[in-house]
Amino acid sequence: MSGAPSVVVTALRKSFGRLHVIQGVDLALQPGRVTALVGPNASGKSTLIKCVLGLVRPDSGRVTVLGERVGTDPHYRRLIGYTPQTASFPDNLTGHEVLELLADLRPGEMPDDGELRERLGLADATLAQPVRTLSGGTRQKLNVLVALRYHPPILILDEPTASLDPVASAALKDVVRARAGGNAAVLLSSHVMAEVEELADDLVYFVEGRVRFHGTLDELRLSTGERKVERAVARLLREAA
Amino acid sequence: MTTAGKVLRYSARNLLRSWWVPGYALVFLLLTETLLRFGGGGPRAVGSLLNAVLIVIPLVSVVMGTMFLSGSREFILLLLAQPVGRRSLFAGLYFGVALPLAGAFLAGVGLPVLARGGAGLGLAGVTFAVTGVLLSFVFTALAFFAAARFEDRAKALGTALLGWFAATVLYDGLVLLVVAAFSDWPLETPMLVLTLLNPVDLARVLLLLTFDVAALMGYTGAVFERFFGSGVGIAAALGALALWTTLPFLAGLRGFMRKDF
Repeated sequence: MSGAPSVVVTALRKSFGRLHVIQGVDLALQPGRVTALVGPNASGKSTLIKCVLGLVRPDSGRVTVLGERVGTDPHYRRLIGYTPQTASFPDNLTGHEVLELLADLRPGEMPDDGELRERLGLADATLAQPVRTLSGGTRQKLNVLVALRYHPPILILDEPTASLDPVASAALKDVVRARAGGNAAVLLSSHVMAEVEELADDLVYFVEGRVRFHGTLDELRLSTGERKVERAVARLLREAA
Repeated sequence: MTTAGKVLRYSARNLLRSWWVPGYALVFLLLTETLLRFGGGGPRAVGSLLNAVLIVIPLVSVVMGTMFLSGSREFILLLLAQPVGRRSLFAGLYFGVALPLAGAFLAGVGLPVLARGGAGLGLAGVTFAVTGVLLSFVFTALAFFAAARFEDRAKALGTALLGWFAATVLYDGLVLLVVAAFSDWPLETPMLVLTLLNPVDLARVLLLLTFDVAALMGYTGAVFERFFGSGVGIAAALGALALWTTLPFLAGLRGFMRKDF
């Protein structure tokens, strides 16, 4: 399934002092497709994601989310489920309270997460514990649950499988594919190329604040002459150097 | 409930479950109880609490406020990824720290006093409580300003502590310097103005007047008594403390609105 792009980034620029982090990026994320955002560390991937979320204000250019321009009005964010790279919650709240707080901030939306909780292995007893007592992996499961429980039309997942056990990781991948099948646009930032190969339809290769490649995985393989995505990306990296 | 109210509720719950806030209340409770038992009557005991209030409340407020906002950066990022305005979030986080701190002070000081039926404090006790609460609000606002301004936690904490040090120690030195340098000039009005410009000095003068020990401050004390004892003086004092809460809060909010997370 496809249609008009869910997220459109146009001529985006962002600098922090003399550091030009985003240098004129144009990008469109299509509904029903998983787009992997790949690039070396400090290439500007997180800043690009934060521009879409309105957490970083671009110097110029524009971002639209399902036709709504990203600006000071926060309401468009109800359309996005976001998993930050680091799972950090208030230490003394329980998992249930974290979910309640985030639910309170999305009035009118009904979470539908029973099956997801079960598949991630987040039992009620686990969520009744204070966050400070949860393991890193369990916090990451909570992080993933927060993004996925409302069925938003756009998912932005930053290293979502980091510190997940194989069962939870497989469950997450199944859910991501199912959501894309349900016409959600998914932006997946990851350094794990096997995960990208398994999940993504498209790949955006991002270096020094610029998009160096944007196409399907097959187009990537064809343009680099490599069968494996990991080797194809490594070739892009060498060519960019 | 407003968005700010929802954030406040959970922030306050998180803070109240840490050992810091109950511990802070316990310190005031033990101190007040000890002073009431062994330090003479109610007014004398509360007079002895003066320095604790003027130094400890600002210090704890700047440390807690800065550490909370700087330390919650990742969670704030997640909250800002929800359909939540920055203004509401900042207000919710601010009151989520300032109210538990003010509440801990009130509980710690208030319980021993109430257990003694007010300990004969009357209106002075109310002024004492209000001043402590306002100081909590002022210095939490300063902390939030520093934390919103600086990305680096150490730099934010350093700036907030510098503000505390300036208000509690350096400012008095500056005032003494002014007094020494212009000793041949009438300084009553400038002293009044200088007092209004520092929330700690303002709180100190208000409390000294409340406990009727302004005479210890000589002629200046008499001037303060005449000014702050009047309706205009009380309004000016309360207005100055309210301004001291509002300005850093608004400056912090401005920084938070413009901040790249």
